[in-house]
Amino acid sequence: MRGLSHAYGAKQALDDVSFDAEPGRFTALLGPNGAGKSTLFALLTRLFSAGTGSISVGGHDLNRAPRQALACMGIVFQQPTLDLDLTVRQNLAYFAALHGLSGRAARLRIDESLERLAMGERASEKVRALNGGHRRRTELARALVHSPRVLLCDEPTVGLDAASRAAIVSHVHALAAEGLTVLWATHLTDEVGPDDHLIILHRGRILRDGAARDITEDGDLSGTFLRLTDSGETSGIAGISREGHA
Amino acid sequence: MTWLVALRAIVQREALRFLHQRERFLAALVRPLVWLLVFAAGFRAALGLSIIPPYQTYITYETYIVPGLCGMILLFNGMQSSLSLVYDREMGSMRLLLTAPLPRWWLLFSKLLAATAISILQVYTFLLISGLYGIDHPPWGYVLVLPALLVAGLMLGSLGLALSSFVQQLENFAGVMNFVIFPMFFLSSALYPLWKMAESSPLLRDICAVNPFTHAVELIRFALHGQLNLPALGWTLLATAAFTALALWGYDPARGMSRPKG
Repeated sequence: MRGLSHAYGAKQALDDVSFDAEPGRFTALLGPNGAGKSTLFALLTRLFSAGTGSISVGGHDLNRAPRQALACMGIVFQQPTLDLDLTVRQNLAYFAALHGLSGRAARLRIDESLERLAMGERASEKVRALNGGHRRRTELARALVHSPRVLLCDEPTVGLDAASRAAIVSHVHALAAEGLTVLWATHLTDEVGPDDHLIILHRGRILRDGAARDITEDGDLSGTFLRLTDSGETSGIAGISREGHA
Repeated sequence: MTWLVALRAIVQREALRFLHQRERFLAALVRPLVWLLVFAAGFRAALGLSIIPPYQTYITYETYIVPGLCGMILLFNGMQSSLSLVYDREMGSMRLLLTAPLPRWWLLFSKLLAATAISILQVYTFLLISGLYGIDHPPWGYVLVLPALLVAGLMLGSLGLALSSFVQQLENFAGVMNFVIFPMFFLSSALYPLWKMAESSPLLRDICAVNPFTHAVELIRFALHGQLNLPALGWTLLATAAFTALALWGYDPARGMSRPKG
């Protein structure tokens, strides 16, 4: 994405944001609450369009060819989006159909996707009967049904216990290693690995953009993140960072 | 082809959800039945009806309000399905729908059609019960009313859709229900014919005459008697087009349909 800005009335939510997420790499978008992550995801999923700037997904411009761009995206939303009264399989079938998959082809993809996340044996259970971790896994499986090239995850571990959180994080890292482009928004530094591509977003601006290990100071990403997003010094840091990484 | 696959899935989902919510089905039936069996029975004595088209003989008040109550089912369902849109949107499944790689108008239209199909099922159940109660219509009427219900259902559904795009919170929506459903229903020909309304207030009659719900009800009334009311059809279609345009504008990405908190 290039030069993305967006404002809600007088409040500037995103200010000239540009970055790339590469295939085969886990790109973590790290920012405290209110940094603009949700706005960024709303723009990426074309919930609404940006004031200025452009977004290209899989080579398709989101404004000029929205359907092609959306077709190569798999999305895990921050809010739960499963129908609780339908089974896991019915939820996935609904999504598959929205992407034009039906019949045998859809069944195969759904099975494959569920197996990949070890959810195969729960396929005919109602979502209501699943715990939070399994619901998230179902949503992740659903986002992969149409074999997207890009996976977008908007704080997908919110509300999960430590074990489920770790499981989802490692699943998605494995997916990235298989060649998927992953963009993962979070405010938790422990979800970012040293080899991941890290983007730190704060108050609608990018403070850092590079390999997580290069950004981390003294081997402590959490401390680095806190220092960077501490309100007192943000303006100065933003200026330096923008010269270095724009 | 892809479009039809998506349409089928959206209708199926709506039907499955509906099957899981039997209380919703019952509630939707109880409301018009109470009106028919209690309200109409009391009003029957108080209200004299003359012979007006499409009726060729004197009719009982119960017979008169059946089309209005069919309209009531469509009205409540249209608003309720858009209530579910507001709820869905907060729950996120509207976002799921809107990120499908299909034109947004088609996705919204599919959603509308699915909700209308469910409403029509309820209307037929209501007609069946009122038939058992002794209020029947010409056999052809039951067939001809189908397209009328479809048009009326789409009109009310698109109104709900338009409202849902402008209403951000569920609490506001309760207000909309009161300010939309009740005026729409009472200021229409559902309960009294317009000439009866004119006896007490010509102004009220005029308001009723421009209410699109009046035309939807008249369309259903004539269709149930095997007749086509062309002006009513025209008005209903016009209102559908207007509400749909409003809904599409409300859901246009460039305008922004919701404001995220983050």
